[in-house]
Amino acid sequence: MYGTGILKGMGVTIRHLVDSFVDDMRFLGQRYYSDSSMNIRQGTEGRGVFTVQYPDEKLPVPEQFRFIPFLLYENNEDGSTTDRCTSCGICAKVCPPQCIWIERSSDPDTGRPIPEPTNFYIDIDICMNCGYCAEYCPFDAIKMDHDYELASYDRTEAHIFDKARLDKPVEYYASIRPNDYLAEETARAEELAKKAAKKEAAAARKAAAAAKKAAAEDN
Amino acid sequence: MSDKDSLDNMPVNEVASDSLVARFDGEVRSDTREGYEGYIVDANMLPEVASVLRDDLGYDYLSSVTGVDYIDDNHIEVVYHADQTTGGKGINLKVQLDRENPIVPTLVPIYPGADFQEREVFDMYGVKFDGHPNLRRILMWDGFHGYPLRKDWKEAYYEEDIKPFDSRWPGGGVKRSEADNPYGKNVNYPPGFDINNWTPETDDSLYESLEKTNSNGKSLHTDSIVVNIGPQHPSTHGVFRMVVALDGETITDLQPVMGYLHRNHEKIGERNTFLQNMPYTDRLDYLCSMSNNLGYALAVEQLMGADVPERAQYIRVLMAELTRISNHMWAIGFLLNDLGAFQTPALYAIRARELILDVFEATAGSRMMCNYMRFGGLARDFPDTLRGEDTVKFITDLVDNTLPKAIDELDHFLTANEIVRSRCIGVGVLPPDKAIAYSTGGPLLRASGVSYDLRTADPYSIYDRFDFNICTRSNGDVYDRYLVRVDEMRESTRICQQVMRDIPAEGEIFSGKPQYSVKVPAGESYGRVENPKGELGYYVVSTGKANPYRYHVRAPSFVNLTVLGELCKGHKVADAVVILGSIDIVLGEVDR
Amino acid sequence: MNNELSNPDIPVPSELQSAVTITSLDKIYNWGRRSSIWPMVFGLACCAIEMICTAASRFDIARFGMEVFRATPRQADLMIVSGTVTKKMVPQIVRLFNQMPEPKYVMAMGACASGGGPFKEGYNVVSGIDKFVPVDVYVPGCPPTPQALLHGLIKLQEKIDGQSLKSVRWYGQETSEAVPVPVLGPDLFDPRQHALLAQQAGQVQENTESVEK
Ligand code: SF4
Ligand code: SF4
Ligand code: SF4
Repeated sequence: MYGTGILKGMGVTIRHLVDSFVDDMRFLGQRYYSDSSMNIRQGTEGRGVFTVQYPDEKLPVPEQFRFIPFLLYENNEDGSTTDRCTSCGICAKVCPPQCIWIERSSDPDTGRPIPEPTNFYIDIDICMNCGYCAEYCPFDAIKMDHDYELASYDRTEAHIFDKARLDKPVEYYASIRPNDYLAEETARAEELAKKAAKKEAAAARKAAAAAKKAAAEDN
Repeated sequence: MSDKDSLDNMPVNEVASDSLVARFDGEVRSDTREGYEGYIVDANMLPEVASVLRDDLGYDYLSSVTGVDYIDDNHIEVVYHADQTTGGKGINLKVQLDRENPIVPTLVPIYPGADFQEREVFDMYGVKFDGHPNLRRILMWDGFHGYPLRKDWKEAYYEEDIKPFDSRWPGGGVKRSEADNPYGKNVNYPPGFDINNWTPETDDSLYESLEKTNSNGKSLHTDSIVVNIGPQHPSTHGVFRMVVALDGETITDLQPVMGYLHRNHEKIGERNTFLQNMPYTDRLDYLCSMSNNLGYALAVEQLMGADVPERAQYIRVLMAELTRISNHMWAIGFLLNDLGAFQTPALYAIRARELILDVFEATAGSRMMCNYMRFGGLARDFPDTLRGEDTVKFITDLVDNTLPKAIDELDHFLTANEIVRSRCIGVGVLPPDKAIAYSTGGPLLRASGVSYDLRTADPYSIYDRFDFNICTRSNGDVYDRYLVRVDEMRESTRICQQVMRDIPAEGEIFSGKPQYSVKVPAGESYGRVENPKGELGYYVVSTGKANPYRYHVRAPSFVNLTVLGELCKGHKVADAVVILGSIDIVLGEVDR
Repeated sequence: MNNELSNPDIPVPSELQSAVTITSLDKIYNWGRRSSIWPMVFGLACCAIEMICTAASRFDIARFGMEVFRATPRQADLMIVSGTVTKKMVPQIVRLFNQMPEPKYVMAMGACASGGGPFKEGYNVVSGIDKFVPVDVYVPGCPPTPQALLHGLIKLQEKIDGQSLKSVRWYGQETSEAVPVPVLGPDLFDPRQHALLAQQAGQVQENTESVEK
């Protein structure tokens, strides 16, 4: 029969409309601007309107979310900072569109490379946010940021990020990617413990050998 | 899984090889190069060999045509991949041509689906296809200088032959490529180009080549007019252009014009390392990045012989099927847009898609550009939580309840809708023999009643473990394509449910140690998957280095467009838009 | 709304504050314009999908009065260049830009439109739409998420807020010049570069000749 199609279509729309009001009642005024209702509204259970009221509330990005990379530095106790990056160049090699430029300098006396980059550039007009640099960096020195609000009026200068612009403290990283951070720290601690254990074992072996030797000499 | 030796083990192929080599003694020989398979055919024998292949051996489906420039051996090779629509492994033929003057007979009379692909090879390599009905550039514009995929052709921003570039580290020295180019822009002129004495090419020859009506004598005299739809048009799904010859409202001929989004994927891909190509594949069919990843990973894994752990296999299938649902949601939503139901159905479809994107974003890190598969596994496992819920529970909920409900809702208010039915039924009918001849794929092919789906025809990954149907319909019109998509979404949710039921709770997701530069043994491989739009194939040639020597993408949207002109003839202009919508193209993949 | 528009320089007696707002012409002019920016339906590549998602229900661009996507440039205020600009497409983009009536704005969405993006090295890719038409706001990302795009649109609104009737170019004395449309030859040819090109192409020729000798 003609007209049923239209009625059905309207029916769907009306159901969604009613759902929204039902939902409004369910949340009792807590529908917007609260994290827990956001999760429900945006999850599989969500019904009715599911608009995010950006910029007043923001859809939280998951931990794995990747945008532009940033560099990590550690805050030392004496107030100085140490770059994690050793300018090994792996990220520059793996970057698919080749948008990372790293300046490594060498010690003027010895000529050996200094394990800290003099400068580090990423052209964010080329970067494809692929995350390879973070994935393959052996020192966990470069990570993918969550900050996507980067719109600007000019790109000539602002869009080649240099080291000063890329540098962020490790604490920031721990705050945006807590699970990754934890996993990496545990892995590092284990690694250290293993190394220490190895050292100890080696020392013990040495001592044992020395004792043996001494014992042999005694005889 | 396709291991290399299986070609010789397959009885069908044995028959093929015996009879091909025996029948064309001296003119067809087996390709014996290390890591290669298939047959090398004499150029002038190609049409005969192809007819035998199609008529006597049952290889009725020509999936891919491409070229390779072996500059060191001074020849250009044209590679043909043919399949049987009854299933099984494919077969490939190669023709070796002189680089200076490459001419090969066209296969269009035998396999009409070769049309656009041959034009692409002409455009990129300058291979002339003798007898081709319309041999002109397809991705670049007429009058462009040079054949870009030849190994000795260099672009304006050329830096080095292969990545990584030496200038990036340890020297630094950041600059934009513009600074190096004398013109300050990404352009390069041939030596001797005289800007003052030069006229650009026009589209006149294209307009003239269109078939126009000639209605003198009969009834009312009407003028034939040529209309350009696109490249900027709301219903061309991107920057696509259709040049249409009209008699009144009726289409007498239609020529697609593309290349407006030609991003030089393959040229860049041959400079990239194998791994670096993975995020680029995301940007092919940007609605289906997960399954693009899968196809490429399969092609390279075939060469490397890498194993994929169980859990990773399951997650791969899950992601590929979620991609299929999200793609079909999008396709249906925008098909309705083209039908005039502006926005509303699309909004409901996008809503369901958003939840799938949430899964991708939480797992892979990006909504669209997932870059999730690696050679030998995946980048990472599921996160613990998603929207405050356990991820596994979220996905289970999604595939058990939310998605089936969304699909039912679409079905409920669209399938029986009178306007949808009257606009779609009987429009753009594609008979099955034509669908095969034109090498169409995906829902377009299956709506014509051909039950050809690589997931069962040549199973890859672990699709042989799941229980699902290949959805077909018989009329081959726009409505049936819509129905096939709806059915496929249902089947996909079924597969996802089985994945969530069977997936091992724990396990490795990557075999071996992640490496930033993988060396791939020399040889060729053709990895393919059933993408939501049809067969997505990657033809990869490796010389044993870290970069592919040749990297070709057989894009389903591109090949499916070959039949567009045929489908539209005789219909009204408004139907052309709908037919295009029902083919479901994505320009990133058409133009690459 | 009152607060947004009211002019703090002119005090309003407290008993009238609920009924009267004094504003400036600039403010109301800009408020009207920035609350009804009509973008053009103009999708180039992957970024366009995110643009459509921004227009869909989750991010709902209608909250900014921008949901009226116009298919013709003649009714549009904003061109969101959403995707890779190729040489083959750039003549059409410039033509569309020329067809838009003033006041018009251009937003470069994504890495590609801003500066070439991951495909920058390609032979058919233009390294940034700003080489051809003036861009007001750049939104980095590949692709920018819908929220990033919304942030860019808010930035655009801020830019509009900063404009004044006295100084805007479309009420000025000079008529705005159309951007010359690029032409496709052996490679893309920008008419503005004619002189440079005549000179450089000659040089390139000489160079190759000397090499050949
Ligand atoms: S960021 Fe990591 S990979 Fe890149 S140079 Fe520094 S240490 Fe090496
Ligand atoms: S995210 Fe990818 S493209 Fe961007 S800097 Fe890192 S490796 Fe390069
Ligand atoms: S910036 Fe990235 S997502 Fe946007 S068009 Fe370019 S490649 Fe596609």
